[in-house]
Amino acid sequence: MPVAHAVASGMNGLRAAGDLVARLEMARGMKLAEAKVYVAEKLGTGVADLADPLVMHEVRGELRLGRVFEAETTYPHDPSPQEAKRNIAALLDLRINGAGT
Amino acid sequence: MERRFITRLGDGSAVALTRSALRAELEEGTQAAAARAKLPPLETPELEHLLDIFASAARFSAVDIGDEVVLSFDGSGTPQQGSRVNALLQYEQCLAADSCELYHSDYSYKAVKTVVGVEQQAMKEARERLTIPVHYGAQPDLGRYSAPDGPCGNWAELLPQMRIDDARAAQEEAVELAVEDMVYVATALWEAGADGLNFDTAGAGGDADFLATLLAVERLRAAHPGMGILVGMSGELVLGTHGQLEYRGTRLAGLRPAAQLEVVQQAGATVFGPAVNVNTSRTVAWNVARALTLMKPCMAVARIPVHANAGMGVGGVPMNAFAPVDAVSRCSRACVDILRLDGL
Repeated sequence: MPVAHAVASGMNGLRAAGDLVARLEMARGMKLAEAKVYVAEKLGTGVADLADPLVMHEVRGELRLGRVFEAETTYPHDPSPQEAKRNIAALLDLRINGAGT
Repeated sequence: MERRFITRLGDGSAVALTRSALRAELEEGTQAAAARAKLPPLETPELEHLLDIFASAARFSAVDIGDEVVLSFDGSGTPQQGSRVNALLQYEQCLAADSCELYHSDYSYKAVKTVVGVEQQAMKEARERLTIPVHYGAQPDLGRYSAPDGPCGNWAELLPQMRIDDARAAQEEAVELAVEDMVYVATALWEAGADGLNFDTAGAGGDADFLATLLAVERLRAAHPGMGILVGMSGELVLGTHGQLEYRGTRLAGLRPAAQLEVVQQAGATVFGPAVNVNTSRTVAWNVARALTLMKPCMAVARIPVHANAGMGVGGVPMNAFAPVDAVSRCSRACVDILRLDGL
């Protein structure tokens, strides 16, 4: 079921910018449209790019926000999750609990 | 002869219906909700759009590019995925989750209280290994506080005996205990690094259960202004097992999703999850039309994100542990397209 929802309607999390938008909804009670605009502005992308995995994979890599990897596409020098979350916190001007921010 | 499309019943079984029959299902579903809850039915363009979703031979349906929403999950992971934290990592890396939820298999704040140290350790590991938000979730589950599982009188037994005052007193006592447990556990997991807390199936034990949740959220919000708090409901109507309980002047018994959202907002939650239960004897189309009719009023009053519950047996999704993707994807798309909500 989670896969069905993710493919049908999800922003695809770490593959794109879904986790970033999710943080603003959960932490600040920000509505989806507002959260998307906020994240896009911070990333320097358009709102339409937020769910595009090709665009966001590059953006996340450049900004060191953490990204997915797999057997044939590895990123040994990518930040750890804790470092990635500190970068996310700084980028979004958001305190992330437990990430030293 | 009119073409038939494979569709599903609320239990997940397949049936073949014509476009005309599916149209009738959608109209009956929205009218059923409108009549019962005294709400406007879905509008004709909305029903036509739903008809296009359901009267389709496609195995899968999805929102338009650009209309994607945030997905929050309760109880992320299954035993086949390995450890609980491994399961969360798979949600992040392989299942494209926007967030995930660490949980204990005994999904109750009362139960977790006794093993909270273990949960804190798991949360610590989870936040070290994951980049996406990791929430912690459990249920208020007020019934656990009644005998024989808990110290309070059993109102489910007292009510049929017409001992109304005793039943109410027992629930009021249980509310106080439940609030303390929820605040204790939520605080512990927040201190361990959770990105947010989820109070799942709020109101499952009736208005007292819902009140306990609201009071816990209120205290947590006051103590932790930055805490993410998600309140997910158990159903489209708060049952009046007590009948007289109020929250800030609003009687809780009988509240529908929009009114549920109002008090949840007042308490200080950051995300609200309405739930509409599935009738397993009716089609998914009927159930979706009914669910959307009941949830639609939420969007006009929502100041916080609305994440419609679209899991097993709610939001139109079949009541089946292995719900078919053709049904799940249609429900997913229907909720987004019609409600224009903030997530699922």
